[in-house]
Amino acid sequence: MKKLLAMLMAVAMCFTLLTACGNSSDTPAETGSAPAETGDNTGETPADGTAFKLGGTGPLTGGASIYGLAAQRGAQIAVDEIREAGGDIQFDLRYEDDVHVAETAVNAYNTLKGWGMQISLGSVTSTPGIATSALNYEDRIFALTPSASSPDVIAGKDNVYQMCFSDPNQGLASAQYIYEQGLGESVYIIWKNDDIYSTGIKDQFMAEAEALGLNVVGDSTFTEDTQNDFTVQLTDAQQKGADLIFLPMYYQPASLILTQADQMGYEPKFFGVDGMDGILTMEGFDATLAEGVMLLTPFNADATDEATVAFVTKYQDLYGETPNQFAADAYDCVYALKQALETAGCTPDMSNEELCDALMEVFPTITFTGLTGDGQGITWDSTGAVSKAPKGMVIEGGAYVGMD
Amino acid sequence: MDITVILDYLIRGLSLGSVYAIIALGYTMVYGIAKMLNFAHGDVIMVGGYICFFSMSGLSSHFEEGSVAAMVVPAVAGTLAAMVVCTVLGVTIERLAYKPLRQASSLAVLITAIGVSYFLQNAALLLWSANPKVFTPVVGRGSLQVGPLSISYVTLLTIAVCIVIMIALTTFTSRGKMGKAMRAVSEDKGAAQLMGINVNATISLTFAIGSALAGIAGVLFMSAYPTLTPTTGSMPGIKAFTAAVFGGIGSIPGALLGGLLLGIIEIFAGAYISTQLQNAIVFAVLIVVLVVRPAGLLGKTIREKV
Repeated sequence: MKKLLAMLMAVAMCFTLLTACGNSSDTPAETGSAPAETGDNTGETPADGTAFKLGGTGPLTGGASIYGLAAQRGAQIAVDEIREAGGDIQFDLRYEDDVHVAETAVNAYNTLKGWGMQISLGSVTSTPGIATSALNYEDRIFALTPSASSPDVIAGKDNVYQMCFSDPNQGLASAQYIYEQGLGESVYIIWKNDDIYSTGIKDQFMAEAEALGLNVVGDSTFTEDTQNDFTVQLTDAQQKGADLIFLPMYYQPASLILTQADQMGYEPKFFGVDGMDGILTMEGFDATLAEGVMLLTPFNADATDEATVAFVTKYQDLYGETPNQFAADAYDCVYALKQALETAGCTPDMSNEELCDALMEVFPTITFTGLTGDGQGITWDSTGAVSKAPKGMVIEGGAYVGMD
Repeated sequence: MDITVILDYLIRGLSLGSVYAIIALGYTMVYGIAKMLNFAHGDVIMVGGYICFFSMSGLSSHFEEGSVAAMVVPAVAGTLAAMVVCTVLGVTIERLAYKPLRQASSLAVLITAIGVSYFLQNAALLLWSANPKVFTPVVGRGSLQVGPLSISYVTLLTIAVCIVIMIALTTFTSRGKMGKAMRAVSEDKGAAQLMGINVNATISLTFAIGSALAGIAGVLFMSAYPTLTPTTGSMPGIKAFTAAVFGGIGSIPGALLGGLLLGIIEIFAGAYISTQLQNAIVFAVLIVVLVVRPAGLLGKTIREKV
């Protein structure tokens, strides 16, 4: 009897567990439901055949949700703007949660495919992006990912394009920027061993630094499991006399590095990459620690041009926070697709194969001007890689300020 | 090699090791008395961190910035709140999830503990979302200068608290009625019950103490390494479990020794061998120790009666 009871309890536990998981993936639907949420908002959604079905996956819950939610919201703002403005090209946007896990992303992709997705926004982050882009390629659904920056996302897939810099390009641009601006004499790198984003940037940074003659005095690593204590890495950097530490990583570990360097009384310059974006909005983080941190990012929420101001204001009104570059990239994606569809003369009744062929032909030829990149415009080559100029930013008084 | 640098690393290792030791004490007590591995222990630490974070940020606005009260009251209240909530949580978990399994096989209890661990993580994800929160250390960010060395207040506090807890626990289990009852239950449950000891109450008390320790550990761990997410507790939990096994699971001084050694090995492995192999080295040391001394450093070798 007791055994039976024990079994029942165990089963009950499992159920509670499952319910908990179920609930947790439901939350963003509640929190992020400001404008038209996912595709099932029937009120404003145009009838079938009058709008392009645009789908994307991203981490809407879990540790990377700050990126997924930003991309979803940015894209949604663009779609709503296009709807308000009227016109022939309209989108019906649907985002599915992939919790930054490749397997979940494949399921999310299949859900979107079942819904009838004609054009894809790929995935928001790289690890799921590699999985879904392979499916995009097989199914001939054109994809323009806002932020999955690994070169593996587009490699060998002729119909997958990126809006963000690829990881190696970030490493390259960072090394060049540090060298050209004379920011550091002795550079030290702390990178994340088990993350393709971090290793991709670091490898190219090292190669470019060597080519330029930039003095890299050392490097050290960490993994997901050792990202609590950075004192060893920081002491090593200090011992080697580094005056600039390059941090190719996301903002969570970076925030710890800044805190621990401060505790040690070690004050080198810190140079980050676009994953650093988000550090200022971390709850409880002492933003003064990030003072003077430099980073290369394609988007500056403090820029004063009309488009950026309008976007930032709208985003703040709807979601109560300042958009990061993921939101801007996704916003740009929607408008870039609009421009390409107009150029190619596509209509929503075309099949995904037809759209894919048309877009593949048009994309390498267009020059797009959006929130990200400078006034020169954004172009793509036929491999799907983007070409745009990064902006050097420095954190001053708790905000990003352009460096040049 | 520079001696100051080595001392510097040693202090960092002691600091990390003390946190592992406090967590390991919770593991080891529960194992010693209830003979079960409470894998949810790490997640109770995470809950403690969140409770302290919210009480501190809630309270600090009521005090004048920079005043003594503003520095002391939220920190103390936050720590107490974390301890109380963790104790209640630990006892509740014990009552709901483990008590019904008292007669079941240890494997069933182990699986349940893993289930509870995931339940807590997901509940935290649901309640507090995955966005990381940055913890304010309970004793401020400053540090003490001893010659060329700078030792942060958090480190000093962690080491001191660890020693106090260790002494208190040893005294508690070696003297006093409840402590004796605990040791009796740990030695032989059946015989203890025959002697009139309430085994269930003793095990519940163990969980209460272990979880209160988890609350303190959560506050100290988050003070030293201040990024708080729903999965924050899992890795230190595993490391502390390793430390408990390393020192000899079931042994209170063993947990302390194991924790400190593990922390020091981890820091030195990173500093002088490779940051890439840091964890591999830590766990390799565990394997070597267990091959040479299967019961752990201070564990009692119990002969199986044939």
